[in-house]
Amino acid sequence: MATIGLFHYLAVAAILLTLGIFGIFLNRKNVIVILMSVELMLLAVNINLVAFSTHLQDLVGQVFAMFVLTVAAAEAAIGLAIVVVYFRNRGTIAVEDINLMKG
Amino acid sequence: MITALAFYMFAGVLVASATMVIAARNPVHSVLFLILAFFNAAGLFILMGAEFLAMILVIVYVGAVAVLFLFVVMMLDINFAELRQGFQRYLPIGGLVGLVLLVELMLVLGAWVVAPEAAALRQAPTPDAAAMSNTEALGRLLYTRYAYLFQASGMVLLVAMIGAIVLTLRDRPGTRRQSVAVQVARRAEETLEMRKVALGQGIGEEKGVVTHGTPGLRPAEAAKTATEKAEVR
Repeated sequence: MATIGLFHYLAVAAILLTLGIFGIFLNRKNVIVILMSVELMLLAVNINLVAFSTHLQDLVGQVFAMFVLTVAAAEAAIGLAIVVVYFRNRGTIAVEDINLMKG
Repeated sequence: MITALAFYMFAGVLVASATMVIAARNPVHSVLFLILAFFNAAGLFILMGAEFLAMILVIVYVGAVAVLFLFVVMMLDINFAELRQGFQRYLPIGGLVGLVLLVELMLVLGAWVVAPEAAALRQAPTPDAAAMSNTEALGRLLYTRYAYLFQASGMVLLVAMIGAIVLTLRDRPGTRRQSVAVQVARRAEETLEMRKVALGQGIGEEKGVVTHGTPGLRPAEAAKTATEKAEVR
């Protein structure tokens, strides 16, 4: 229970990022949970940015975290719109079936 | 002491709820745990002194993104049990990759120190908390030096909004829609007909005039006379 420093926050962010990647592996078929895992990873990045911003007493980190937040919101909106359109056309959201473009 | 206690509480609940996000059977529960995770991350932000970002996290993530997820999960009629079939199969490989990544990150964190010249390279030193609040300092930075980036992020949001609308908008054929132009262009003469009705005589008695509910006139005949009337006009 020592003083909480930069390392503690970085450790939490690292665990959170790992959980996000783990979630993508676990829920290979459910694209909505994959999107949620991506949100978790972006949250971990934000915690890292704010932790460094606090530690170095530099505000730019928080500004950058705000931009990351903006992009995350845009990504979620577009991703969910694509999921809705895909479900309307195919009746499923299983990721394994999304191979029309043979990419 | 209080700070340490609060940190461990927020961090513990954050990690636990993040675990539940990826492990919950029901995606609705996943979204609700995601909201809990965002709230605890906001608590961590407050502990770090970034209270504006904490409030933005609650408003934007919980109020907009997580609720959007909730809407989509509840609107789509999906058999989620079917989507979880590969769960056990991917558990070992996912756990392995996650473990390797976590060990690597911890090794990096363990051997890492802040460079001594880092303090001299600061772009915008945080002003004293007593002199200026976090929100004001952030606003002064955002609206001066990063004004163009601020505008650009607004552009990103605009493009995302238009893109989402364009993607999900669909015109269904066969549905009746309101056409304002046609409604406005309608004239009274085309729809209304004024007639003088003689006293004591119903309007149905008059020759050639058909109204609804005229006795003795079958619907087919009524339609025929109506067409004739229209042709005369």
